[in-house]
Amino acid sequence: MKKTGLIMVIVTGILLIAGTTEFPDWADPNSPASSHVSPYYILKAIDDTAVPNVVSAVLADYRGYDTMFETAVIFAAGLACFFLLRQFNRKRAKTKMYRHVPTGIIIDIDEGGKLPEENSNFERIDSQWTPYDLIIKTTCRIIIPFIQVFALYVIIHGHHSPGGGFQGGVILGATIILFAISHDLRTTIKRLSEKMASVFSSMGVFLFAATGMLCLLLGSVYLDYSALSDLLGTDPVMARSHGILIIEIGVGLSVMAVMIWLYYNLSSAGKHNEGL
Amino acid sequence: MSEQFPALLITVPLISAFFITALGWRSAKPAYPIALLALASALFSSMGLFGEVLKHGKVSYRLGGWPPPFGIEYAVDALNAFVLVVISFVALINLIAAKRKVDGSFSGKSPAFYALYVMFVSGLLGITVTGDVFNLYVLLEITALTGYALIGMGDKHAPLAGFNYLIMGTIGASFYLLGVGYLYLATGSLNMGNLSEIIPTIQSKQTIIFAFIFCLLGLFIKMALFPLHNWLPNAYSYSPPAASGLIAPLTTKVMIYVMIRLVYSVFTPAFSFGHPILPTVFIWLAIIAIVMGSLLALAQKNLLKILSYIIVAEVGYMVGGFWLGNSDGMTGAILHIANDALMTLCLFLVAGNFIFVLKNDRLESFKGLIHKMPLTMAAFIIGALSIIGVPPTCGFFSKWYLIKGGIEAGQYGFVAALLFSSLVNVILFFKIIEITYFEPETKDGHSLHHHVAIPREEAPLSMLIPLAITTLLLIGVGLYSKEIVTGIIQHVLPTI
Amino acid sequence: MEEITALLVSRYNYWAFIVLMMVGLYGMIAKNNLVKKIIGMNIFQTAIILFYVSIGAKKDATIPIIEHGHHGEEVVIKAVDYINPLPHVLMLTAIVVSVATLGVALALAIRVYRQYNTLEENEIKSQLSEE
Repeated sequence: MKKTGLIMVIVTGILLIAGTTEFPDWADPNSPASSHVSPYYILKAIDDTAVPNVVSAVLADYRGYDTMFETAVIFAAGLACFFLLRQFNRKRAKTKMYRHVPTGIIIDIDEGGKLPEENSNFERIDSQWTPYDLIIKTTCRIIIPFIQVFALYVIIHGHHSPGGGFQGGVILGATIILFAISHDLRTTIKRLSEKMASVFSSMGVFLFAATGMLCLLLGSVYLDYSALSDLLGTDPVMARSHGILIIEIGVGLSVMAVMIWLYYNLSSAGKHNEGL
Repeated sequence: MSEQFPALLITVPLISAFFITALGWRSAKPAYPIALLALASALFSSMGLFGEVLKHGKVSYRLGGWPPPFGIEYAVDALNAFVLVVISFVALINLIAAKRKVDGSFSGKSPAFYALYVMFVSGLLGITVTGDVFNLYVLLEITALTGYALIGMGDKHAPLAGFNYLIMGTIGASFYLLGVGYLYLATGSLNMGNLSEIIPTIQSKQTIIFAFIFCLLGLFIKMALFPLHNWLPNAYSYSPPAASGLIAPLTTKVMIYVMIRLVYSVFTPAFSFGHPILPTVFIWLAIIAIVMGSLLALAQKNLLKILSYIIVAEVGYMVGGFWLGNSDGMTGAILHIANDALMTLCLFLVAGNFIFVLKNDRLESFKGLIHKMPLTMAAFIIGALSIIGVPPTCGFFSKWYLIKGGIEAGQYGFVAALLFSSLVNVILFFKIIEITYFEPETKDGHSLHHHVAIPREEAPLSMLIPLAITTLLLIGVGLYSKEIVTGIIQHVLPTI
Repeated sequence: MEEITALLVSRYNYWAFIVLMMVGLYGMIAKNNLVKKIIGMNIFQTAIILFYVSIGAKKDATIPIIEHGHHGEEVVIKAVDYINPLPHVLMLTAIVVSVATLGVALALAIRVYRQYNTLEENEIKSQLSEE
C-alpha cells in the first residue's frame, strides 16, 4: 500500500506541477480571476445591497443559494452523526455512582436501590470523574458570557466588518463546548438538550429556505430579498441588506446548534450518559 | 407557478427535511408521509419543468434575481429535465417500497433516515438542474455526505464500506473542486454558459486542459470507473436495502450526467473531442471497465455483489458510448442513463424483497424461490432480460445504439466488450434463475418430495406494487424508445 | 539560475499547495490507521482551500470591505484597491464542507471501532479474511 500510495502521489504531483506552467504570478491584479466577474462585486455591492463587506454581500446575496446548501450540508452532517451513532434505549449501567460531596466518599447504588435526594450533599458522577477544579470552572464561567457577546457581535456586525453567520455561529457553539469540557456532558445536556440542538440546527436551514420561499410567494424569484421591501417597509436595496441579516442569523443558529450536536454525539459515541 | 418549478423542485424536499426532524422528536409517524409528499411534489415539478422545456425550449432561472455570471443560474434544457424526471421517479418509487424495510430497523431513528433521504434526493436534483460549476460542488457534497450516512447504517461491514467510500468520495470531490479552481483561474467565471463562451477565446489552453483532466478524474472516482471502482461494491451491497435502492440506481448515473453536462456546456464539445489523445484513452478505460466489471461479477456469491459489479460494467457502457463522439453513441449513452437507472432500481427492489423474506442475499439460499416468491421472480426475470439486452425490454435499445455507434466510430474493441458483457450477463442471470428452480433441501439433506408444495411467502404489497410499476416501465420505455430518442435526445445532442 | 529562482519566488503559493496536497493524498492512501487517513483528508482539503485563497490575492490591495462615506460624500471605488472577494466566499463554503465531512468521517470511524475493536486497517483486514 505504501508503494502504490507513493506512486500515485508522485503522478498526481507531476500533473499538478505541469498544470501550473501558465498560471498567473502570485497576487497579479490583472489575472483573469481578478478581472472578469469579481470587480463587479467590488464596484456594485454597496449600490445593490447596501452592505460594505463584499464577502458578506456575495455570500448571502449574489451567491446566496450556495450558502443555503452550505447550511444544509452542515445540518446533514449533524443529522448523519446522530443517525450513525446515537443509541437510544441502551441498557443503562447497572449501578449509578454518587459522590458525597463533604466527605468525598463514592457510593455505588445498585439498580432498584434508593437514590439520594437531589441536594448539594450528593452529586452523580461518571466513571471518568475528575475532582472538582475550581480554577478551570470559575475561569470558564467568567469568560463564556463575554465570548458569547462577541459571537453575537460577529454575527450582527457582519455587514460592516469581517464576520457573519458562520464565524459567529462557530464561536457561539464553541462556548457551549467549552462549558461541556469544563463541567461535564450531563450538566451541559441538562442546560441545552439534544432535542433543542437538533431542532435549532434544522430551524436555521428552515429560516433560510423559508425566507427564499417568501420572496417567491411575494411574486419575485427565489431568494430575491428585494421582494421583501413592502413587508419590511424599506426600499429594495435596504430590503436586501435586511434579508442578508436574516440569513446570517439563520446560518449562525444552524452552525452553532450543529457544532453542539456533533460534540454531544462524537464525544460520547452516541451514548450521552458519559463523556468528556 | 410554472415558472417557479426549478426553485420548488429542490427547496420543497429541503424544507420537508426540517419538518421531519422537528416533528420526529414527538413521533416517528409523520416522517414517512411528509417525505412522500415532498418527493411527489418534486416529481410533479420535474414533470412540469419537462413539459415546459419541450414546449418553449431552454428555461433559465436566476436565483436571487442576479443575472449570470454574477449570480447563480439554473439552466434547464431537455437533457436536464429528462434526468430530473428519472431521478424524482426512482426516488419516489424506492421510497414507497422502503416503508416496510425501514419500520423496525434503525432503532427509533427512522425520522433521521427519511430526512437524510429527502436531502440526498434534493442534492441530486440540484446537481442536475444547476448551471454553476461551484454550486454543483456544494450539491455534490450534500449528496455525498447523506449517502455516507445512509450506507454506513447497514449492518456488519457497512461502516467500513461507508468509511472507504467517504475517503474515495472526498478525493473525487476535491479533484473536481481543484478542476473548478483551475477553470476559475483561467477564466474568472463560474457560470457554465459564460465559461463555454470564454473557453474558445483563450489562446493557450494548457490550464484548461488540466482543469478538464482534474474535473473528469474527480467524476471518474465518483462514478466508479474501473480502476477507481474499489469503494462501490462494498458500499452498495452492505448498505441497508431501503437506501441501496436509492443510491445504487442514481449516484453513478447522475455523475455520468455531470460528465456530459461539463463536456457540452462548459468545455464545449469542440474542445473536448478535439483533443488528440484523451477521448481514445477514455474509451479504452471504458472497455477495461466493462470487461473487468463483468468478470468480477462472475466471481461473486451474493446477489447484491453481483449487481454492484454489473453497475461497474454499466458505467463503462455509458462512458465509452459518450466518448465515441458520434450521435448514435451519445444517444445510447443518454438513453442508457434512464434505462440503467430503471433496470438497477428493478433489480435492487427485487433484491430488497429477497432480503426482506430470506434475511440474506447469498445465492445458495435462493433455492425454491420461483415457487416461494413467483411475483418477485417474474420481475427479476424481466429485469435480468433487460440487463442482458433482450427486446422488447429497454436495455436492448440503448445497447443497440451503443453498438451502432461503436461500429460507426470503428471502435471494435468497444463493440466486442459490449457483446462479451452481454454474454457474461446471460450466464450470470441464468445461473441465478436455475438455482431458484432447485428444491430447497430439508435439514437432513434430502430434497423435499415433489408433491409437497412450497409455501408461498411473498413480500408485502407495498413492496410489490412499486416493483410491478418499475417492471412494466422497463417494457414500456423499451416500446417507446424511438419516441424518446426523436422527441428528447435528438434535441440535446450537439453538432460536432 | 536566476530565472528559476524568479519562477520559484513569483509562484510560491502554488508550490506550497502542491506540497500540502501530496502530503494529504499520501496520508489518505498509504496510512494504516483510519484516524490518520482522516487527518490526511483534512490536509488535502486545506491545500485546495489555500490554493483558492491565494488566487484572490492582489498586490497592494486591502480586505474587501468597501470604505464608504457615512454622510453622503462620494467615494470613488476602484477594483484594484480591494482583493478578490469571490474565492473567499467559495472557500467559506469549502471549509464548512470539510468540517461536515470530518464529522461524518469520525462518526463512521467510531462505528468501525465498535464493529472490529480496532482502527488499524491491517488488523481489520485480517479479521475480514478469517471469516
